[in-house]
Amino acid sequence: MSTSPDLSVKIHDLNLKNPVLTASGTFGYGHEYSDFIEVDALGGIIVKATTSKHREGNPYPRMAETAMGMLNAVGLQNKGIDHFVRHIYPTLEKYNTNVIANVSDSTVEGYVEVAEKMNKLSHIAAIELNISCPNVKEGGMAFGTSCPSAIAVTSAVREVYDKTLIVKLSPNVTSIVEIALAVEEAGADALSLINTLLGMAIDSETRKPVLSTITGGLSGPAIKPIALRMVWQVANAVKIPVIGIGGISSAADAIEFMLAGATAIQVGTANFIDPSVTIKIIQGIKEYMLKHRLSKLSQLTGKLVY
Amino acid sequence: MKKQLLDLNVVSNTRLNASHHLIELSSEFPLPAMIPGQFAEVKVKNQSETYLRRPFSIHRFDHATNSMHLLIKTVGPGTTALSTLKKGETINVMLPLGKGFALASKSKVLLVGGGCGIAPLYFLAEQLSKRGNEVTILIGGRSAADILLQKEYRNFGRVAVSTEDGTDGEKGMVTQHSIISKGKLQFDRIYCCGPDGMMRAVAHIAEKAGIICEVSLENTMACGIGACLCCVVETNQGNRCVCTEGPVFDSRELKGWTKGKEVSCTLDNNSQ
Ligand SMILES: Cc1cc2nc3c(=O)[nH]c(=O)nc-3n(C[C@H](O)[C@H](O)[C@H](O)COP(=O)(O)OP(=O)(O)OC[C@H]3O[C@@H](n4cnc5c(N)ncnc54)[C@H](O)[C@@H]3O)c2cc1C
Ligand SMILES: Cc1cc2nc3c(=O)[nH]c(=O)nc-3n(C[C@H](O)[C@H](O)[C@H](O)COP(=O)(O)O)c2cc1C
Ligand code: FES
Repeated sequence: MSTSPDLSVKIHDLNLKNPVLTASGTFGYGHEYSDFIEVDALGGIIVKATTSKHREGNPYPRMAETAMGMLNAVGLQNKGIDHFVRHIYPTLEKYNTNVIANVSDSTVEGYVEVAEKMNKLSHIAAIELNISCPNVKEGGMAFGTSCPSAIAVTSAVREVYDKTLIVKLSPNVTSIVEIALAVEEAGADALSLINTLLGMAIDSETRKPVLSTITGGLSGPAIKPIALRMVWQVANAVKIPVIGIGGISSAADAIEFMLAGATAIQVGTANFIDPSVTIKIIQGIKEYMLKHRLSKLSQLTGKLVY
Repeated sequence: MKKQLLDLNVVSNTRLNASHHLIELSSEFPLPAMIPGQFAEVKVKNQSETYLRRPFSIHRFDHATNSMHLLIKTVGPGTTALSTLKKGETINVMLPLGKGFALASKSKVLLVGGGCGIAPLYFLAEQLSKRGNEVTILIGGRSAADILLQKEYRNFGRVAVSTEDGTDGEKGMVTQHSIISKGKLQFDRIYCCGPDGMMRAVAHIAEKAGIICEVSLENTMACGIGACLCCVVETNQGNRCVCTEGPVFDSRELKGWTKGKEVSCTLDNNSQ
């Protein structure tokens, strides 16, 4: 028998005990899952988006089930950064794993305000910039869909944020590699991808859109092949670490993303189907490493055989 | 109450009428304590159309026999698959989820159920009658075949029925039944579960009479545990998760349900 494999990975200054993180907006603030799993066993948790101001989010209905996935239109519902610092952050200090904050807003100033305040919180190990948000000054076009606005928000946040800065990319673009390179150049320490794909659902009986916002973000196994392709393209183009996201529901899925070039992965929608799936994925990666006689995960990341 | 993820054994599956099944479940392990109004998120096996879990109210829970029941109405692929479950099969559930009804004691209570809305009311009626309440159960449906479990409900109190075609009980909508449409309402509290329109109408009647009305909402859900924020309802304190802060709400808390004006929040074209 070989010794226990080492599952730890490093994302810039972040040391993860294993590569399994939870995706923002699907894992609440962690306590929602604490009856089902030991949250500290995860590589880290990425808590739901925080914006500069309180946001009520979109009206109901916010969800539509689709073939092997779902559409959501939650609309960044959260109580804003000041409430986060005062009331939510104290509940996160108990975790003995990495807590990463997902930062969103509709203006560059808003992102900067949230990032500055997060920078002062010692137990927030890193931030993940969600640049798939509509930019109010650019007529609602998402920051992450054009290079200039992606650069603007990344470099402005880089100025005020000292710890690990992850930028989360939107797949709703013509070339994700261009955006990835632009964001790397602007100072990102790591990239995570993909966010949800823009989609739509219609009820043929009522002839109405299912979601209150008409369109929404698609997630779940349905998006995995697209996510895998994008992770592979981006990981081959940038020098900074890439975190793979999109439909991951098993250890095999996680390993596929690592072979495509991901250093770590995030599990999102799959948590809804099995709240203990993350623990099974960690266990499955360990078993895979034993079976394939791997001692560390760097022997896996980007090691796709052509 | 700790939430659990369990594989439950199907003890029996009884067809009640063309579209309703009563499924009894048990486990080798002790089931967690549950209260009326709480629900379970059920995984439907081997169905590509049913990726997400399906929420169902706890219809009955018996601590002594360590068993519980779900009452399921067939409306789509998930419920169709569950309606074919056989004795000896297992299903995976997350439970108990949500907050239940506020249980009155030694009061006069009215339970109003329409269609599959009687699902949580069985467990509720049982617990209310144990607490020394005088229980009246009003069940509504389109026709006699829709009125389920009348005999069982009689164990807990008085049963009144209304059908739209007059084949059982009083003819008309549940809200037209003489118990709630005529004279002064003789109840301290109303509990209601059924289609949205029916619950709003009952809540309106209760409000006019100055009686507290608790309603059980059936918003579509993804996680069932407060993590995704998909299931929200607009309340006087803003959007609230039906899965964790409900599914039972005092109707006065719900925006647009009673006198308060309906205010819709601005559309935000961002997907999350
Ligand atoms: C807290 C809660 C408790 C519930 N308790 C029960 C119960 O005890 N017994 C029971 O039979 N059903 C109950 N429901 C409704 C049940 O969850 C849905 O009927 C079920 O998810 C439908 O799954 P499906 O795959 O068969 O149909 P789908 O294909 O998902 O839907 C078919 C059609 O059913 C309707 N529908 C779907 N989901 C819902 C919903 N959540 N509420 C109302 N209509 C819906 C829609 O019109 C849809 O087009 C409850 C729902 C909630 C949220
Ligand atoms: C209900 C829901 C809410 C989400 N909220 C956020 C969010 O607030 N910020 C963000 O960056 N991504 C958010 N996402 C996107 C996920 O983090 C993830 O990128 C996406 O769902 C793809 O991964 P999956 O297929 O594993 O779910 C959300 C996804 C879902 C399903
Ligand atoms: S269903 Fe996810 S928060 Fe209620």
